[in-house]
Amino acid sequence: MGEVLLQPLALMYLAAFATILSGVAAAGAVRRYPLLLHAGSFALLAVAGAAGVAGGGWAMLDDLTVTDTIAFGLPWLRWHLRLDPLSGFFSVLLGTLVLAVALYGPRYTREFGRGESAQPLPPLGIFTAVFVLGMQMLLLADDAFMFLVFWEMMSVGGYLLVAYQHQHPANRHAAFLYLLLAHIGSLVILISFGVLAAFGGGFAFDQMRAAELSPLWATLAFTFALVGFGTKAGIVPLHAWLPEAHPVAPSHVSALMSGAMIKMGIYGIVRVTYDLIGQIQWQWGVVVLLVGTASALLGVLYALMQHDLKRLLAYHSIENIGIVLMGLGLSMIFLGTGHKTLGVLGLVAALYHTINHALFKALLFLGAGAVLHRTHERDLEHMGGLIHRMPVTAAFFLIGCVAISALPPLNGFVSEWLTFQTALQAPRLENGVLRAVIPITAATLALTGALAAACFVKAFGVAFLGQPRSRHVARAREVGPGMLAGMGLLSALCLVLGVIPTSVIEAMAPITQMLVGKALPSASVRGWLWLTPVAPEVASYSAPFVVLGVALAFLLGYLLLKRRAGPIRRGAAWDCGFGPLTTRMQYTSTAYSQPIRRVFAPTWKLDERIEEVREPGVPGRLRALHYQFHAVDWSWLMGYLPIGRAVLTAARVVGRIQTGSIHTYLVYSFVTLLLFLWIIT
Amino acid sequence: MTQFAQIGVFNQAIVLFAALVLFTSFIMLAQTRMLPLIFSFAWQGALLAVATALVAFVSGHSHLYVSALMTVALKVVAIPWLLYRLTLQLKIQFDAEPVRHPSLLLLGGAGLVIFSYSVALPVVHRSGLATRNTIAVSVAVILIGMLLMIARKKALAQVIGFMSIENGLFFSAVVSTYGMPLVVELGVAFDVLVAAILFGVFFLHMRESFDSLDVDRLTRLSEARDSLPGHGEAGEAPESHP
Amino acid sequence: MDHYLTAWLLAAAQTALFVAAAPLLAGWVKRVKCHMQNRAAPPVAQVYRDLAKLFRKQPVIAENASWVFRATPYIVFGAMLLSAAAIPLVAVDLPTGAIADVIVLVGFAALARFFTALAGLDIGTAFGGMGSSREMTVAALAEPAMLMAVFTLSMTANSTNLSAVINFNLDAGLVLRPSFLFALSGFAMVAVAETGRIPVDNPATHLELTMIHEAMILEYSGRHLGLIEWANQIKLMIYAVLMANVFWPWGIAREFTAPALALGAVAIAAKLALLAVALVVWETVMAKMRLFRVPQFLGFALLLSLLGMLTHVVLETG
Repeated sequence: MGEVLLQPLALMYLAAFATILSGVAAAGAVRRYPLLLHAGSFALLAVAGAAGVAGGGWAMLDDLTVTDTIAFGLPWLRWHLRLDPLSGFFSVLLGTLVLAVALYGPRYTREFGRGESAQPLPPLGIFTAVFVLGMQMLLLADDAFMFLVFWEMMSVGGYLLVAYQHQHPANRHAAFLYLLLAHIGSLVILISFGVLAAFGGGFAFDQMRAAELSPLWATLAFTFALVGFGTKAGIVPLHAWLPEAHPVAPSHVSALMSGAMIKMGIYGIVRVTYDLIGQIQWQWGVVVLLVGTASALLGVLYALMQHDLKRLLAYHSIENIGIVLMGLGLSMIFLGTGHKTLGVLGLVAALYHTINHALFKALLFLGAGAVLHRTHERDLEHMGGLIHRMPVTAAFFLIGCVAISALPPLNGFVSEWLTFQTALQAPRLENGVLRAVIPITAATLALTGALAAACFVKAFGVAFLGQPRSRHVARAREVGPGMLAGMGLLSALCLVLGVIPTSVIEAMAPITQMLVGKALPSASVRGWLWLTPVAPEVASYSAPFVVLGVALAFLLGYLLLKRRAGPIRRGAAWDCGFGPLTTRMQYTSTAYSQPIRRVFAPTWKLDERIEEVREPGVPGRLRALHYQFHAVDWSWLMGYLPIGRAVLTAARVVGRIQTGSIHTYLVYSFVTLLLFLWIIT
Repeated sequence: MTQFAQIGVFNQAIVLFAALVLFTSFIMLAQTRMLPLIFSFAWQGALLAVATALVAFVSGHSHLYVSALMTVALKVVAIPWLLYRLTLQLKIQFDAEPVRHPSLLLLGGAGLVIFSYSVALPVVHRSGLATRNTIAVSVAVILIGMLLMIARKKALAQVIGFMSIENGLFFSAVVSTYGMPLVVELGVAFDVLVAAILFGVFFLHMRESFDSLDVDRLTRLSEARDSLPGHGEAGEAPESHP
Repeated sequence: MDHYLTAWLLAAAQTALFVAAAPLLAGWVKRVKCHMQNRAAPPVAQVYRDLAKLFRKQPVIAENASWVFRATPYIVFGAMLLSAAAIPLVAVDLPTGAIADVIVLVGFAALARFFTALAGLDIGTAFGGMGSSREMTVAALAEPAMLMAVFTLSMTANSTNLSAVINFNLDAGLVLRPSFLFALSGFAMVAVAETGRIPVDNPATHLELTMIHEAMILEYSGRHLGLIEWANQIKLMIYAVLMANVFWPWGIAREFTAPALALGAVAIAAKLALLAVALVVWETVMAKMRLFRVPQFLGFALLLSLLGMLTHVVLETG
């Protein structure tokens, strides 16, 4: 262990150690010393985040692969650790979010220790530490055993955090569902590793890498990995837990879950497919591409129907995972057919979108948390006008909205653009059907992007613009500097990753070099100003010029128009001459998505109810009209509920052998004994 | 692999008209009103005739001119005119048929195009003609005609679907082997004409006995199903049977 | 280095020309439309006078308007300015063309739309919300059709860069591509929807229940309104120039000499004038659709673009 002290791995150990310490510090944060959580635990978490960023960044930028073994674990299997550019990349992602959350958390969690619904604080800090530690260490794992141990640690930590506010039955239900699917996922991952280990002769990843799999077994291992890691990532139709669990966790944890935890699923898919299996077949890519397309489209369509802000964001995670998978699928198709450079391009697009989504989704969840913190509202229908009360939060949230809607010049656009560019190279494939199908999936991606923009116009417009729809919201105040700093950090990174994509892609070169053996030199062939993923004459994009152009418009507006004209006059808005506008005349979130609901009606099981409250005595006169709307997930109705019912029925049948009478049980044992005796003779 | 730009303007024109024939197939799939449906069928015939004449010109097979003329006479003039008169007679010219999920139907059509492309690829690779790629289009026209017949309930739409299947077959013969022997083509043309007339008679009878042109009602003919509970749901019950 | 400087200067000049000529095109459309519908036509310069008047007037904004409302006109105008810079108008291969390829142009349009839709929600009136909601729905349906048409072009030319596509078409000469026919038809329908023309939206009406775009910008006045109107005229011009120069590139200047540039300017002016007449004929013979017919209209556009892509793959390769 001595020689690693001056290596990036030492920083990762520091990160893990700081995380453990933060859990220990939080353990002391009983009612009388809440400061131990707010100041101590989160400060240590910030150290952990910074160390993770530094260590991971070092490994990634310097193209270092460092290995180590620790004598924990099983007697014959020491823990193998390895930090390479890929795990470095995901460590940077995780560390950044942990750092932002550590800045944000102290003020945000203060709420939980107060008021009549006060919660004990130590569990929150301890569970967070367990959760973060699981993610940090599974990135370092270099054998299946250690990987699964920390994978489970992450899952269980997540479960405890989802169940933290366990007073509401909905939260307990969400936590149970999460745990159930997490375990099914782990089981399937275990099978996948089992296949690999059987061929490699051991559980260490090095042995698996060296294994020579027959195509059939490789496909099996891949399928199990896709299903298992896909459950964690939230692909359709394995996504049912995600929109339940993410919204009910405390917001800073939601940010970590949506931002970092589901990315661990992507990490697993990349690690197993590109690194451990290695020989990629293009058919896998087709599956991943189609699954990704379905996830992206269905995720955004379900998101549009939500009016709970955090739930809406959770559904968008499904959409964005779909986009990441589309990039991965394209990459696998191209790699499987021997187009290495294009395979690298798809991989870069996918990884770029992974980190982008981590940044803007965490930002949006923190923004939603800030709103929740000040207004105690998650329902969009009760918000409105917050931009006047919380201007800085609104600005940060807007940056997140623009980024996630894939609009230039922010980061979401770059990765979607790269995905488009990869898809447009489809004519190079020999397979005619693929040449026709890939552009169609790309058009679906365009539809997804446009719908996401509609959804975030709705989310931002209804929550922050217009007039307040409830009293809490009208009296909201801006959140404190710590929370703003957390959001500000992520906003700044969204901007940076959007404006200098060329440098980011250059920094990713070691990852693709390691996984595929090739980098993407064509992307930066014309310097940092121009992003040219395939070749300069094929496609180019220059984000700095976009920023310059918009700035120019403001400047011209200021110089030519504003200086000469008089000051702006404020007046009443146009009300058609019918008296003052009330807040109830505004479009609500449900109203906003009504046209889309009508166009794509078969996508949801729509449950719309209009209830008329009649005036007693006066026939035909209404006192009030109540409108209720609920969109139910088809996968829930058609997939999970029938399976659940089948399991219950099976359990009831099996349960008949359990009579409660001790004599019957003795008969069982006796028969079993006889049976075994008969078998061995 | 020859570049599309290098196959000559007439071959390009054949391909262009093939694409337009495919387009009219999609129009028919999307069109729910009866009269426009007949007109788009006539358009398909006209485009087919032009494509056939172009193939005749490029290949020098003069018997294809006869096929083209026959197509014009039959599929642009005679059959549409028969059907047109029939709709007027039956007073269904303004009927529109409700199609559930029309966009899914069109997507299905697009899927059929991709499918027929993959099916036709082996044939295409063997053919040496410059316009060999149109084989996939003709297969797609056949399949979309079938889809039309499956998706529609009105008997008239089904007849149109049937005729457009015939169009597809004819077109595939033209582009893959420069047409069938003239005798065969004449025979087929005559058959189609007779079929159209027979369909007309059949419609009139159907209308008389069921008061509807909905082919779903044909299940009534079966005595056994009629007696089952739940199958006599419609108002205009078998009492109207003469 | 000298050539480099010339190219950048030309690019700047072309952008300025683009932005300055956009109201002219809108005025020309108005004028031809009036003639076509037997009305007395305003002079073409009327559009410029209207803009000048708007820029001079003091803007009045609603009491609860936020900074989003005030920043939107500049962002919208900036996005259109960038698009104008990236599109070859008179000459190809200008350095600004590399800022954005076709997909980024779609992104610019989306950026402008995003902020316009937010501005519609900012005041909290019913009209703003209505327009905003409808605009985003229409755009969501238009965008895949548009990109599919774009994909057909760029897969043919193996480039999403507009200059490269135009050069490819010029080099290939006259080729009867069925895919281009479909892509052009689909693109034209999307352009009609995106620029808010009949039958999707009516630029000339303020009838409350049919408005889409006008409903969002109802609260704007003064220079803000001026910028938005101007941006809209640029948008119309963008779509017209794209159709004119990508599908019929002949006449565009390929080298930076005075005669070539003059020819390019004349060619694009003639093409735009003709396209405007086509638009006017279309708008005169069509009636405004009700909102829930629009998905069918755009579905048809998507079908056309899809057929364009499929015919490209099936018929023009292999």
